[in-house]
Amino acid sequence: MKIVAVCGMGIGTSVLLKMNAEKVLAKLGIDADVEAADMGVARGAAQTAEIVLTSEELAEELGDVPAEVIIINNFFDLDEITEKLTEKLTAAVE
Amino acid sequence: MALNLAEALSSIVTQADAADWRAAIRLAGDGLVAGGATTEAYTDEMIDAVEKHGPYIVIAPGIALAHSRPSPAVLTGGLSWVGLATPVEFGNKANDPVTLVIGLAAKDHDAHLQVMRALAGVLSDSEAMTQLHTAATPDDVRGVLGALAAAAAA
Repeated sequence: MKIVAVCGMGIGTSVLLKMNAEKVLAKLGIDADVEAADMGVARGAAQTAEIVLTSEELAEELGDVPAEVIIINNFFDLDEITEKLTEKLTAAVE
Repeated sequence: MALNLAEALSSIVTQADAADWRAAIRLAGDGLVAGGATTEAYTDEMIDAVEKHGPYIVIAPGIALAHSRPSPAVLTGGLSWVGLATPVEFGNKANDPVTLVIGLAAKDHDAHLQVMRALAGVLSDSEAMTQLHTAATPDDVRGVLGALAAAAAA
């Protein structure tokens, strides 16, 4: 599975989000490739990714993409990331 | 994780006053400039980033990660720490108001990953964050960060 963590610049928030998403995925036992990307790269990467992780402001800027977009409010709340990822992944399997 | 974030910080300011989010980011930029990490142009780039993309840099309750992309204004790269005496609104629905601004500058997309890992470790530690939010002096901040690094290395 391919997951893209998106931020405006691709060096700060998306890197932190990628690190925490990887922690959560490892705990869930899910094999996924998480990539950090800035907005420009993300518009391309989101075409082939299953899931996009980002913040509310950037989700609006990203607009319509084929991937499932998950909005994370607190990038350091592993429980929030776990809950939202699990929800989407369960829905995707069904 | 054994990296001590205090050693990676170009500057630490506590109990700072900022009238608005621009002033708060400017303080974080001043810290990067003082530490030789960036030129003043980078401070404007960090403010432009928020004007362009919105207040998404407020990545957790009370915490803003001010940054822009690698540019000629980044000299060595680095981190700065600004604890605010009075919380400042950035316009982020979920995570306002902000009491801690961290300025981040990187030379490229990979150089700072070890520092980011240490930063992620600190910011996701809610007990440490409570102590850091109320830190009165830069030495208090260094003390908490040093203890965290020691605990992670143990």
